[in-house]
Amino acid sequence: MNDHTVKAFDSELQLLDKKIAHMGGIAEKLLAQGFDALSRRDPQMAEAAVASDRVIDTIEREVQEQAVLLIARRQPVARDLRQVMTVLKITGDLERIGDLAKNIAKRATAISGENHPKSLMVGLRHMTELALSQLKDVLDAYIERDADKALTVWRNDEKIDAMYNSLFRELLTYMMEDPRNIGLCTHLLFGAKNIERIGDHTTNIAENIYYLVHGRTLAEDRPKGADTSLVLLGKD
Amino acid sequence: MNVAARTISEPAPVLAGQSLVPAAGLEEEVAIRRLNFFYGQSRALKDISLSLYKNKVTAFIGPSGCGKSTLLRVLNRMYDLYPGQRAEGEVLFSGENILDRGVDLNQLRARIGMVFQKPTPFPMSIYDNIAFGVRLYESLPKSELDGRVEDALRRGALWDEVKEKLNASGTSLSGGQQQRLCIARTIAVKSEVILFDEPCSALDPISTARIEELIDELKSTYTIVIVTHNMQQAARVSDFTAFMYLGELIEFGVTTDMFTSPVQQRTQDYITGRFG
Repeated sequence: MNDHTVKAFDSELQLLDKKIAHMGGIAEKLLAQGFDALSRRDPQMAEAAVASDRVIDTIEREVQEQAVLLIARRQPVARDLRQVMTVLKITGDLERIGDLAKNIAKRATAISGENHPKSLMVGLRHMTELALSQLKDVLDAYIERDADKALTVWRNDEKIDAMYNSLFRELLTYMMEDPRNIGLCTHLLFGAKNIERIGDHTTNIAENIYYLVHGRTLAEDRPKGADTSLVLLGKD
Repeated sequence: MNVAARTISEPAPVLAGQSLVPAAGLEEEVAIRRLNFFYGQSRALKDISLSLYKNKVTAFIGPSGCGKSTLLRVLNRMYDLYPGQRAEGEVLFSGENILDRGVDLNQLRARIGMVFQKPTPFPMSIYDNIAFGVRLYESLPKSELDGRVEDALRRGALWDEVKEKLNASGTSLSGGQQQRLCIARTIAVKSEVILFDEPCSALDPISTARIEELIDELKSTYTIVIVTHNMQQAARVSDFTAFMYLGELIEFGVTTDMFTSPVQQRTQDYITGRFG
């Protein structure tokens, strides 16, 4: 694509993209930190996660200010306008992702006294890995303006949903087996739910990339892989 | 739970030229078909086909020399005033090709009026500026003429500012008022289509806003075409936008689509300020 006649316009748009890349990088790190803090029950790592989340919040405010300034000064249209709108929405999703990841980390403190078998963490680890790879792909798709890659992310979210569904059942089973597991498993359940929500925010980003590239929204509802709101104890 | 990966149905994009087929609720007022225009040997318009819809505002945009003003000048045969300029093709208005030799140009220009870049009040009173055109076509008793002048000035959103000084010279008005006087002059001869050639380029922002507001009011009665270099103005006032480049119509469509997701790369480059 050609450059703008006014060069400063280009740098301002590029700056927004850089901020997204930066913010996204921190969100990825934060998600990994969140899981590690929980699985190692490491309060120090949890604190580091809280600090990273503050950085994300700061960048979100910066991006919003810059976007408002850019709209006021440049009156962007067409793809430029879509970029600014997309950036604003993506920062909102990344901020939520940061919050959810931080919340996972904070549970490390709550379960630090409890003893539990490592195997309990396996399911959550898989979910985290998938959510991380989804997040990485969607950020790449944004920078590369790759709508197909964004669509792949969008479709893959049902795998996270399905994993959440099975983890939900698994944790319920542990809780029924031994009530002493209930405290720990409840925290893990919330952690899993947060990762599932992170997946949803990632698909929001994917939808916005699709709009940015094609100028129209995704028409159909995303395939859903899980609905645990219908799962009841003792029923299958 | 069996979840099959669903295919995504994508809505059809609004394509350039799609609006050539009149959509529901749209009435074609002027139909331009395979229009070519020549300044001597040089071909300034190349096979332009497009529709101007009744009671809608259509904006022509494009870089200098793209042919947008030429196209506007064809619509009321303004080019006839200059030797060596000719148009080929069809411009259908009320079932008649206005490019035909037999067309009564005075009649045509009354029905398709034009408002120019710089206000062009006649060096006569405000009243006579309006009455002059009316007297050319009709002979009305004084009271009826008074009524026509008042009505035109009201529709031109100028009445309240000039009703106490109708005998003052038209040139004594401010630039924005002069431009509204010219619009009122066009309205007074009962035009059906109003062509605006950069009507706000010599006006300050407040006067510009008044003209834009006026265009918005006028479109309930008239079909409006506006040539503008101000992209934001095109986005604000028009219902349809035609983007032209080097004498060709590159893209024509609903304005809101053109300014959010244009189909053609050249349109995108131009409206976002990336041209050349």
